[in-house]
Amino acid sequence: MHMADALLSPTVGGALWAGTLAAIIYSAKQLREKMDEKMVPLMGVLGAFIFAGQMINFTIPMTGSSGHIGGGMLLAVILGPYAAFLVIASVLIIQALFFADGGLLALGANIWNLGIYPCFIGYPLVYRTIVRGSTSPKVITFASVLSVVAGLQLGALSVVLETKLSGITELPFNTFLVLMQPIHLAIGIIEGVITAGIVIYVRTLRPDIVDDLEGVKTLSSGSSLKKVLIIMAVLAVITGGALSWLASTHPDGLEWSIEKIYGKPEVPQKQNPISENLSKLQEKTAVLPDYSLPSKGEEENPSWPAVNPGRSVSGILGGIMVLGVVLLFGIGIKVMRKFREKT
Amino acid sequence: MTFDSEYFNLGYLDTLSYKKTFVHRLDPRVKILVSFAFIIFVVSFPKYEFGALMPFFLYPVFLLTAGNIPLRAIAKKVLFISPFAIFIGIFNPLLDTKVILAPFGIPVSGGWISFFSIIVKFILTVSTALLLIAVTSFPGICEALARMKLPKIFVIQLLFLYRYIFVVLDVALRMIRAREARSFGKRGREIKNFIRLISVLLVRSVERAERIYQAMLSRGFKGEIRVLRKHTIRFYDILFSVISLCLFYVFRNVNVVNFFGETINRAFR
Repeated sequence: MHMADALLSPTVGGALWAGTLAAIIYSAKQLREKMDEKMVPLMGVLGAFIFAGQMINFTIPMTGSSGHIGGGMLLAVILGPYAAFLVIASVLIIQALFFADGGLLALGANIWNLGIYPCFIGYPLVYRTIVRGSTSPKVITFASVLSVVAGLQLGALSVVLETKLSGITELPFNTFLVLMQPIHLAIGIIEGVITAGIVIYVRTLRPDIVDDLEGVKTLSSGSSLKKVLIIMAVLAVITGGALSWLASTHPDGLEWSIEKIYGKPEVPQKQNPISENLSKLQEKTAVLPDYSLPSKGEEENPSWPAVNPGRSVSGILGGIMVLGVVLLFGIGIKVMRKFREKT
Repeated sequence: MTFDSEYFNLGYLDTLSYKKTFVHRLDPRVKILVSFAFIIFVVSFPKYEFGALMPFFLYPVFLLTAGNIPLRAIAKKVLFISPFAIFIGIFNPLLDTKVILAPFGIPVSGGWISFFSIIVKFILTVSTALLLIAVTSFPGICEALARMKLPKIFVIQLLFLYRYIFVVLDVALRMIRAREARSFGKRGREIKNFIRLISVLLVRSVERAERIYQAMLSRGFKGEIRVLRKHTIRFYDILFSVISLCLFYVFRNVNVVNFFGETINRAFR
């Protein structure tokens, strides 16, 4: 379920990074206030454990193929939401850097999709409300399956939304949703059963690991400032998403909605206060100047003009030339380095 | 990929990061920020853009060659293209069949162009992420994160995590070998066994964390870890970032590829 840089637009990626950074800073602040220092090595080693655990395969029942765990909910049960979120973020950072899972811009989105939902929705709202200190295996299994499924469904939905808002794929929204959600329902059930199995088994070996120590693991229902911070982070993501919808150079969505509002496909730019304001807003918020809304009065496909064989041929020739120059540049540096090493 | 090869790969990228070249010596903050800017410039291209992405290969090629990183180490991972990007991208040629280009009289649909655009963007961004770690080292990244004012506790546990990955992976590797040695084919990989296996790994990891904590206490740990500050911003750091950012800006806003192409076209006429 890892997002990739290539599927994201800068606005969507940036907005999710903003939300993720806010959540990291907030969680760290929460931890600093109520944590014993024992926690830091525990977090580090458990991060390494998740990393190793993800490399161990098991056979998925009825399919014969092999899968691995995600481990987000397991971390939340052991460490509580704040520490678990930081650990998930760290594991994803290392995977993005060493295994190139996704990329650096998509990292913000990945931490959001795989960290926020299990730690701040699945665990506190679903798992804890069902379990409430119960040690019955049935209750734990039920709670764990439900919470993991909830987290993964939200995560999968976010992936669909992020990809759609970035405007890179042609896949219709509904089809995409139908492809993603059922798969993640199945994954969620298996992951939930395994998480419950681990929690129950570890309880027989070392009950202290999975038991809640004086409510350290609860989400604090504290001051209004914290709530404001969370709301701000969520808003950042939503506005970012909406903005990038407008900023996407694929104008179908926008044209379509304008058509709905005005009942005709083309609206003269100067008499349309909405799009005028939108393009002003766009100018202010655009990461790059060139990355703009389709300009006035253009035909249905403004980002690419009609077929022009001459231009496309020179485009291909130019592309090959530039790649050649880059290659020569690389070889040049290599030769220089060898020459330098010899002398 | 098997467990062993992933394990050795991780260690391999780590060893690459201890070389001493011009790019290795740059301040990690500069490298992170320039790489981020690079990725944002690359993904900001509209979905039908293809040729104009080519000049951006300059940056990964520079890191690769100036950092003296073997091409194979990076290429192997990049060519193992994320199934997710392919899965999402492959629908474009199927759904978007309008012909928008006809080079040499061969019609090419918009879907194929946007699909290849996704692939090129993927190669650019992923190779940059890998090269960033190969020329910076993970402790270097952590130093930069700490100095960019990320919460200290986050950076410290990140450092811990990195150090203990190799230790815990070692334990996991032995457990997997033991399981392989005792099972034939798919036997022994059932969920029931897996739960036992991973639970034991979990308990072992927690116990190790406890021992580490005691060892730290006995060496005078007071809840504070200092992150080494090895780098300062020097003239070369500023030069590197200014030149790179200017080049990215030019590549984004001036169609270098078309300029080259038209010059050749004219020369042949």
